[in-house]
Amino acid sequence: MLILKNISKKLEDFNLKNISFKVNKGDYFVILGMSGAGKTVLFEIIAGLITRDTGEIFLDGKNITKEKIQNRSVGLVFQDYAVFPHMSVKDNIAYPLKSKKVKSSLIKTKVQQLAQDMSISHLLDRRPGTLSGGELQRVALARTLALNPKVLLLDEPLSSVDVKLKNELRSLLRKLNKKGQTIVHITHDYEEAISLANKIAVMQNGTIVQCGKTKDVFENPASEFVANLTGIKNFYKAKIKIDKENNRKIAVINKSLFFNLLTDYKNVSGNVLIKKNEIIISNDKITTSACNNFKGTILEIVRAHLGVEIIVDIGVKLSILITDSSLHNLTLFEGKEIWVSFKASSVKFLPN
Amino acid sequence: MNKLQPFNIIASLLGALVLLFIVAPLVGMIIATPAIDIVNTSKDVEVQKSIWLTVFTSFGATVFFAVAAIPFSYLLARRKFRFKKLISGIVNLPIVIPHTAAGIAVLGFVSRNSVLGKAASVFGIDFVGHPIGISVAMAFVSIPFLINAARDGFIGVPVKLEKAALNLGASPSRVFFTVSLPLAWKNILSGLIMMFARGMSEFGAVVIIAYHPMVAPVLIYERFGAFGLKYARPVSIIFIGVSLLVFIVLRLLSKEKKNK
Repeated sequence: MLILKNISKKLEDFNLKNISFKVNKGDYFVILGMSGAGKTVLFEIIAGLITRDTGEIFLDGKNITKEKIQNRSVGLVFQDYAVFPHMSVKDNIAYPLKSKKVKSSLIKTKVQQLAQDMSISHLLDRRPGTLSGGELQRVALARTLALNPKVLLLDEPLSSVDVKLKNELRSLLRKLNKKGQTIVHITHDYEEAISLANKIAVMQNGTIVQCGKTKDVFENPASEFVANLTGIKNFYKAKIKIDKENNRKIAVINKSLFFNLLTDYKNVSGNVLIKKNEIIISNDKITTSACNNFKGTILEIVRAHLGVEIIVDIGVKLSILITDSSLHNLTLFEGKEIWVSFKASSVKFLPN
Repeated sequence: MNKLQPFNIIASLLGALVLLFIVAPLVGMIIATPAIDIVNTSKDVEVQKSIWLTVFTSFGATVFFAVAAIPFSYLLARRKFRFKKLISGIVNLPIVIPHTAAGIAVLGFVSRNSVLGKAASVFGIDFVGHPIGISVAMAFVSIPFLINAARDGFIGVPVKLEKAALNLGASPSRVFFTVSLPLAWKNILSGLIMMFARGMSEFGAVVIIAYHPMVAPVLIYERFGAFGLKYARPVSIIFIGVSLLVFIVLRLLSKEKKNK
């Protein structure tokens, strides 16, 4: 179990402030944050490459805050792999074993085993300069795993590989985790977090702003920043009020805009979120069970990973995900006036 | 870009003039020297001994001082410490001070009355007039070339690779010998070659420490002073040839190493 308690570090351009979290044995823990949030520095502190100013780090009950780098049992895979360019793949994987003065016969067996696990047996005699990004990533993983680290730290492991390789590597990481390897993984990509993590910490400007189970964080983002980072775009500050005239609850977004919603709260400030795939677009006002109907103007049409994202101005910007055929059938274009509808049950209120 | 632009033409002409400035005196010297004089001088035992002495003392100085200079260069490249800029400036001092003045300074350091001189005399060695003294003088003026090249080489090694090695359980010394040194080797080798070549060509500092035994630059000076230009030319040509040969061989060796 890895525990960080109030880790702080003052650096020239930013600070890490009171970072605390707990990673259980066997967890796949993802730290999600924008570039420059301090994720890599945090990793280097855990690995002992940078000293912290205050705070403590525990691994399996042992305080490793001041432990030598070489004795920490923390394996770090760098973002750009840091595979030694002057050594063959075989020598790269054997490097940590030689550092530990393991017998050469054992080194040979272990290197072959790791290469087999990472599907790089055919690359053992190659030089890193001749390998692709995905292959280098596997070499870096094999090399770090040779140490049998208690915790594997992965710094943006999928950021510089193409989509096909990303899927392959994700499945490799999942497999590793299923075998019991505790993994802490940093990324700025929420899809990566969803597909791999069982726990997530969101980092902003050197602090952890939300930490919890993946599902909880994605369903209940604590702030607009977390919502944006977790891919939720329709996230607005709101106050719950009772519309006495119609005997219903409304989320007041601004003076002229409110959403109908289902909630137990009243007179409470917070945020509302609406999933972009739960909003309907029509050319004319339609009568349905949806009681939130707004006329708006299409600001932007953006091709998304799956489908098309339509940004509509209804007083606030609303992101809506539709299919290619809907775009075609409704003849949507930027500047067109359309209607958007969503159910009160699609508006989720998160109190402050 | 158009090669015939006025700037390119002017730059090329200026370049040709600079090249002529370097090559013309050397070619002139070769043309003015009869081949028979070169052949006869090359058979002169004094000349042969002098050239070997120059090569060996400079080689010895380079190897001996590299042991301390290379780790020092690593510190200059990697560590932050007080007075680092001042120390970097001190390293380059031998380049800017007159070499005869450097020789006087080194003489005070290695003479019989100095601590080092007294210590050496216990083993029956007197640095003044001794090949070791010559090596010390050569090293004094040439070591900045090695330190600067090695430091630049270490700066060029990505810090991340060293961090990765530490994380992979290597001790700092293992990181130095297995990661930093091999990756900076190209620059270090260039530095070693430069130090060696600079040491071989040193006159000012060496002549103060040891007029005898004569290294080649001192022998050339001596022949010029005693017999004139005609006698100094053949020795100069032979020494330039040997220096060029050594330089080319070392460059080729370093290139071969790089290609491996």
